[in-house]
Amino acid sequence: MESDAPHTALPPAQAQEAWHSRLLGLMAARKEPIISFAVILVAWQIASLFLPPYLIPSVGVIVGAFVEIVLDISLLGDVLITMGRIFLGLVLAFIIGTVLGVFMGFTQTVEKHTLPVLHFIMGIPALSWVVFAIIWFSHVETRIAFILLAGCLPNFSLIIHDGIKSISKEYLDMLRAMRPTRKQLFSKLILPGMIPAVLTAWKVNLGLAARVVIVAELVGASRGVGNKLLLAQELFEMPKAIAWTLVLVAFLLITQLTILALENKLLRWRPAKQGGMAT
Amino acid sequence: MSAAEPVVRMQDVSKVFTSVDGDRFTAVESLDLEVGSGDIVAIVGKTGCGKSTTFNLLLGLEEATTGSIELLGHDPHTEFDWFRSKLGVIFQTDRLLPWRTALENARVGLEILEYSEKEQNDIATQWLHKLELQGFEDAYPHELSGGMRQRVGMARAFCLSPEIFFADEAFGHLDQSTARRLREVFLELVTETRKTCLLITHNIHEALEIGSRLVILGRPGRVLADMETPTNATRAEMAEFEDRILDIIENNEVVG
Ligand SMILES: Nc1ncnc2c1ncn2[C@@H]1O[C@H](COP(=O)(O)OP(=O)(O)O)[C@@H](O)[C@H]1O
Ligand SMILES: [Mg+2]
Repeated sequence: MESDAPHTALPPAQAQEAWHSRLLGLMAARKEPIISFAVILVAWQIASLFLPPYLIPSVGVIVGAFVEIVLDISLLGDVLITMGRIFLGLVLAFIIGTVLGVFMGFTQTVEKHTLPVLHFIMGIPALSWVVFAIIWFSHVETRIAFILLAGCLPNFSLIIHDGIKSISKEYLDMLRAMRPTRKQLFSKLILPGMIPAVLTAWKVNLGLAARVVIVAELVGASRGVGNKLLLAQELFEMPKAIAWTLVLVAFLLITQLTILALENKLLRWRPAKQGGMAT
Repeated sequence: MSAAEPVVRMQDVSKVFTSVDGDRFTAVESLDLEVGSGDIVAIVGKTGCGKSTTFNLLLGLEEATTGSIELLGHDPHTEFDWFRSKLGVIFQTDRLLPWRTALENARVGLEILEYSEKEQNDIATQWLHKLELQGFEDAYPHELSGGMRQRVGMARAFCLSPEIFFADEAFGHLDQSTARRLREVFLELVTETRKTCLLITHNIHEALEIGSRLVILGRPGRVLADMETPTNATRAEMAEFEDRILDIIENNEVVG
């Protein structure tokens, strides 16, 4: 039973503020993560005192290698190339995957035919795609794009298909009673209704793509983080291997935060999350 | 009733649902109903007797299996697009789009009609104010109480200045005092517009409060009785009337 009193309602301005603080809370470092990472660093540093530096280099050496990469335009270029490949692959996968997902959402025959195939493709390990790509294509960028596409496209399709399916028929009927055109129905219901799924798909696939692209770059790329990792391994340079990994992770975190900020802006209509199990 | 053409005419309408396994289920059976212009009719019946199915048929959202349905002389299903802006609908749940504010929800029908943005906002704001929602124009549905959300849903229907109003259990999930207050507001506004209104409910009380005419549906959906709501009746007479309706619904037989 619901009463007419606006007891559950925050005044809009206050709700807005709650959102901002939530966003800040997500971005600002809290004390728990600082403690966790400090413990890891200290443990690492202690280990480095007892183990040879080519296995466990000291924190200072790693930071040095990290700074070197970030300050060197050409080395930073490698990171940007890798990020560029990730984005290009993701954008391609997103466009094709969305079209497919939308078709599946609206046409039962397409849905019935495509769904099992997508699930099957999802089961193929990334490394298999790497092997296929090497055999099928000679151009490095084509190989990388293919591997990313194979890894991420089904995921985009499935999540977006799910998002469309979850749009309530109640809303559809409500709008249809007003006789909208197809275009209006799409822009007023389908598009806003699938935005949460699109954002989820990007978050999931960004992590997936980052893992896949490094493997893809190990085979034949002359530039990029994967290539630099391979070099570090060949020369047995542990500080560089760690530093390159950290640089990539840092860039990914920045991208994730950007998506989170975008999400908070686009989905500000959602009720703020209530406390979960852990309090 | 006036001699003019009825606004709603259902003739021998039935609706049979066929499940995936081929099982057939009759939800509405040879339903006849005529509603004249400006009438406010309450359709009452047990839960599951086919009220919502009838509602969907009237809105053109479902196709009748047999029989004919005409609203304003047109078939709501085959002439689907003819009904742009002609139907004002209030549902059981508010069905507000969660990503839209109260104002944006109220004006959605006007967007479909491609009114200018200023007109959209002016008309929607005016109705929100009439429904006592001033100050909540920019609130999202989750920031409003159930009663307030239902008011926004009403504003959305009234914004269109429709020819016919339809409400399906529109006050069904609200607490009694909120429901009563909203019924009053709704009745007042509908009466003001002098438009035809069909209110579907399982609540006899509600049906008597709103309708000047009462149609009792049996299971599967068909008319058991069709009567005027008594005016100026005493409390005892009213109670007796309610008992009679309950009996009719229980017996599930057509009253001559
Ligand atoms: N799409 C459908 N498919 C199959 N059966 C349905 C469907 N819609 C409604 N029914 C059935 O038709 C009967 C009447 O339903 P409904 O019109 O919702 O009743 P009411 O609104 O009076 O409670 C119910 O038994 C219900 O299960
Ligand atoms: Mg119903």
